[in-house]
Amino acid sequence: MAQHQVNYTQDGGLPVALTSVDKVINWGRSNSLWAMTYGLACCGIEMMASGASRYDFDRFGTIFRASPRQSDLMIVAGTLTKKHAEFIKRLYDQMAEPRWVISMGSCANTGGMFNTYATVQGVDRIIPVDLYLPGCAPRPETLQYAVMMLQKKIRAEKAGRAQRPKRLV
Amino acid sequence: MRKYVPKDDVQKKAYYTDRFWVAPQVAKSPVETDAVFAADLEAIKAKCEVLDAYIQVDQLVVLINPNDNFTVAQILKEECGYNQLSECSAIDWLAKQKQFEVFYQFLSMSKRKRMRVKCFIDKEQAVESLNPLYRSADWAEREMYDMFGVKVNNHPYMKRILMPDDWVGHPLLKTYPLQGDEAASWYEVDRIYGKEARDIIGPENRESAVVDRYDTERFGRLGHEVARGSEFDENQPVTPLAYQEEGGVFIVKKFQEDGAVTITDRKR
Repeated sequence: MAQHQVNYTQDGGLPVALTSVDKVINWGRSNSLWAMTYGLACCGIEMMASGASRYDFDRFGTIFRASPRQSDLMIVAGTLTKKHAEFIKRLYDQMAEPRWVISMGSCANTGGMFNTYATVQGVDRIIPVDLYLPGCAPRPETLQYAVMMLQKKIRAEKAGRAQRPKRLV
Repeated sequence: MRKYVPKDDVQKKAYYTDRFWVAPQVAKSPVETDAVFAADLEAIKAKCEVLDAYIQVDQLVVLINPNDNFTVAQILKEECGYNQLSECSAIDWLAKQKQFEVFYQFLSMSKRKRMRVKCFIDKEQAVESLNPLYRSADWAEREMYDMFGVKVNNHPYMKRILMPDDWVGHPLLKTYPLQGDEAASWYEVDRIYGKEARDIIGPENRESAVVDRYDTERFGRLGHEVARGSEFDENQPVTPLAYQEEGGVFIVKKFQEDGAVTITDRKR
């Protein structure tokens, strides 16, 4: 017999939180987005600035990893050339699911100012993109905002069922 | 979107004309005005034929026969002290005179002089490699081959340097379209997914300013949440962009803009 009456469905002063499995898994996923170091051009400088102490990505749980096998998030930061296109596809395939892609800056979104023979006109021709981030180059605040928007998107996903395969072909 | 036109034969015709004002050439002065350059020119003339020679912007320019390029470089390095090949490339004059101009830019550290050796070659003609004399010729000649298709004899590794190995065409030719030919526009699709995927992925969008708000496959609508591929009309409700749900997230509280204090007085 409990000495005190405890209503377990409410926050009765006890450190108990009731939630669904989806929410717990998505909370974990969205708050430990490990991003791949993938700076291709000048956007990479802004991405590095976001990771460094002034803007501090670590407080979002976003830690840059040097290996696709350890990453959940690929931030395509910069111009993707046609020579490099096959490697971005290979790196994307090497990432474990679930995985997300942020296309950072005009060049990755649409080819941007490089309307030339050697530039891929949008990284979504090669890999599926979850979030397009405009700017040339986007400021670190913008990239932080994009990561937070992606976290919101992840929280709305169903965690239980297998992720729909996101493939172009 | 602009209608897709196949670019199969686009390289057969030269699009390049001088559309703009062509700057007049800098004045040339005779080689005799500089004693150091005059001695260099004499050393070249002793062994090779010189078609033209003049001084322009304090640099000696010598026009030679393309077959003599190795001999001239050898003279310049061993007798005249030009110990550095700082630049080597080609210029496409095919539309004007059906020839490439190949130039070599030399620098003498000891004499503090720069000079340029030029020669004109036909379209299929190859030049001799300067790699045994100058190591910098290695990559410069590979780039010349990559960008112009000018072949170099006796080069240790005659291969493309900038473009991928299976690239079609040579991009710095004036007949090469800036936005790429047919092979270039499908390069990454063919390479990664194969030719069958062309229909699925579709041609490149080269229209940089195109925005279609009703095309929900490729464009989001600012301030609204529109599901991909769905249709919407003008009465769609506005959903403000927010990085967090209204009620906040587990452990994290939502930032309330009303309760925030904006500091205007810096000395507060």
